[in-house]
Amino acid sequence: MTKQSMSKVEAHLARRYAREKRFRFYGLLSVFVGFAFLVVLFTSIISKGYTAFQQTYIQLDVTYDADILGLYDNPTESDWLYANYDGLIKAALRERFPEVTSRSEKRELYKLVSSGAKFSVRDSLDNNEELLGTTATLWVLADDDLDSVLKGHIDRTLPEADRRVKDQHLVWIDSLVENGEVEKRFNTVFFTHSASAEPEQAGVWGAIKGSFFTLIVTLVLSFPVGVAAAVYLEEFAPQNRWTDLIEVNINNLAAVPSIVFGLLGLAVFLNFMGLPRSAPLVGGLVLTLMTLPTIIISSRAALKAVPPSIREAALGMGASRMQTIFHHVLPLAMPGMLTGTIIGMAQALGESAPLLMIGMVAFVAEVPQGITDPATVLPVQIFQWADLPERGFVERTSAAIMVLLAFLIAMNAFAVYLRKRFERRW
Amino acid sequence: MKKILLSAVAALAMGGMTQAVQARDLVAVVGSSTVYPFAIVVAENFGRTGPFKTPKIESTGSGGGMKLFCEGLGVNTPDVTNASRRMKMSEYEMCQENGVKEITEVLIGYDGIVLANARQSQQLDLSLRDIFLALAKDVPNPDGSEELVPNPYKTWNEINKNLPKTEIEVMGPPPTSGTRDAFNELAIEGGCKTFPWLKAIKSEDKNRYKAICRSVREDGAYVEAGENDNLIVQKLEANPDALGVFGFSFLDQNADKVQGSKIGGQAPTFDSIATGDYPVSRPLYFYVKNAHVGKVPGIEGYVREFVSAKASGQEGYLTEKGLIPLSPKEHREMEKSVRQFESMNW
Repeated sequence: MTKQSMSKVEAHLARRYAREKRFRFYGLLSVFVGFAFLVVLFTSIISKGYTAFQQTYIQLDVTYDADILGLYDNPTESDWLYANYDGLIKAALRERFPEVTSRSEKRELYKLVSSGAKFSVRDSLDNNEELLGTTATLWVLADDDLDSVLKGHIDRTLPEADRRVKDQHLVWIDSLVENGEVEKRFNTVFFTHSASAEPEQAGVWGAIKGSFFTLIVTLVLSFPVGVAAAVYLEEFAPQNRWTDLIEVNINNLAAVPSIVFGLLGLAVFLNFMGLPRSAPLVGGLVLTLMTLPTIIISSRAALKAVPPSIREAALGMGASRMQTIFHHVLPLAMPGMLTGTIIGMAQALGESAPLLMIGMVAFVAEVPQGITDPATVLPVQIFQWADLPERGFVERTSAAIMVLLAFLIAMNAFAVYLRKRFERRW
Repeated sequence: MKKILLSAVAALAMGGMTQAVQARDLVAVVGSSTVYPFAIVVAENFGRTGPFKTPKIESTGSGGGMKLFCEGLGVNTPDVTNASRRMKMSEYEMCQENGVKEITEVLIGYDGIVLANARQSQQLDLSLRDIFLALAKDVPNPDGSEELVPNPYKTWNEINKNLPKTEIEVMGPPPTSGTRDAFNELAIEGGCKTFPWLKAIKSEDKNRYKAICRSVREDGAYVEAGENDNLIVQKLEANPDALGVFGFSFLDQNADKVQGSKIGGQAPTFDSIATGDYPVSRPLYFYVKNAHVGKVPGIEGYVREFVSAKASGQEGYLTEKGLIPLSPKEHREMEKSVRQFESMNW
């Protein structure tokens, strides 16, 4: 080679290297941008929501006064149920702040304690007649406004008229804080209660259980059907126009917007079949339609990845086609199928649009006990809290998003684990 | 381990399955998203105090609720629907056709619609006419002649020189919302009526009148910001020049962030809405299917809780959520008639 052509090659080589460097840089940049968005999302959710995991409680010396309760000789079950527990809390507050005398001031004073506190007083008394007349020190839920003040969500420096919490309240709150009569505790209510109109009494347990029942229905229906369809299409079906048509349709279904499945669910499951509205049964049916294509497609890919030599060897040893598939092909394809199923389930867990049409976007305070009870699901709970006016729901919305993300991460991590643990490379 | 897990899941699933589809044991409520925050408080108080289950409440919007409510009788139809406006004649007829004959109408109180902006901006003092001129699609020619021109106004001070020189930008709910219906009817039409020649059209051609007086401009000055009022509040904080349209309860809860504009010289406060001095307020209703009373457990109790003085009365717990209550006399009469489940007649 002449010197001239060598220098040409070298110049070209430098350009090639530069191009490769640039390409790598672009790649790195896009990964970085994606990661940066993720960090922004997580910081905004976590910084808004972490305070929701704590809840303020107020200490009260409650005297179980039978006169206030309205309980006389031999109270009946319903006397206990409807007794004036609220009155006990009000009396305790009046005793704690004896300087409050006017009627309007008292009304303001009562707002320090959550309207749900009466139920914990009821539980603490537990229909026990022997406790009447005694005094107990109880920690009851504080109102969401007080909670917001202690967490710094309400700006105390604003003029009084512009604040929800008035100066009067701040004086009372400060006095409680000074005497150690308020305490921030881990918010167990958030994990054990269902939807509520009051932020301090609202929780995600009902929604978690609703999501669980819905996903169980989805899994029980979509996994066997999806796998069976994939096995048939991949292993038994002849290659002709009909199977092509089916394949195109399955791929199409995977791309249909989820709200369409909701409309279908409304028309078929509710109006035609008469299944109950707002039930996880119907939600699961609708989500099954949505996840089936995902499962079928990933299962077929998993079956395709099993090398033909396995099938040929089995057939060569005299196994029937059925035996070949069930003894050899399916076990090898299973990790891939499960991965696809879990990803489909994770998608279904995050779905709320199709559930709108079948009435699962609802206020359901009862924790569902079965698949026909009215229920709601986690993403719907988030959607609803985001829509409520009370300030306390802002942090709870973010906290519920964290719970949902935790479930999603756990499910996806499980899918990765399955793949790593059982996948075989050929 | 795997087997235990599988059987546990199967057992749970079976437990759910065996509960066959049965008669509903809780009250089903649908309807307006404005009444929803009030209804859930009542439902919760009712459910947690007594032996009945907490009613299930769907927020479908007033129109959507009526449609479901009037579908017919039976466990798969709702027992109660909430509305941020009165039932329409056409809806009543649909109910009658589908066998929903006896309906109890309950007026629970009022809600104000506010036009608010961020606290750091100046509080506006608007008249209904200003609102009409700022937001209607076609407005009377600014030169004073009696003809309509496409809305030419860009800034508030072009309409009324006492208003600031900021761009007209109003964020509000979409047409499917009851709040929007009421806003169009009370604020925009209210301003429209102040022009005598526009008002005169009403007796000549009702449809044309509605088309003029209830239309909203579509050139970007009115932004449809979705049904989520919290979102509007957040956007107002970010954009101090913009105004937002939403219910009074959101103003009440976010008084440290946004302020309501005065309308007709009246600031939106609890008292000015209750007395009716504040011009943009609307009644809130719910409707009960009488045929379901006694069949679905809890309807009677839920309705009684809702109309009781401790809930919707002058000092009831709903007033803390921003409901403007009826006057004591109105409330007593309403409570009396509702307890009898007196059916409405058109």
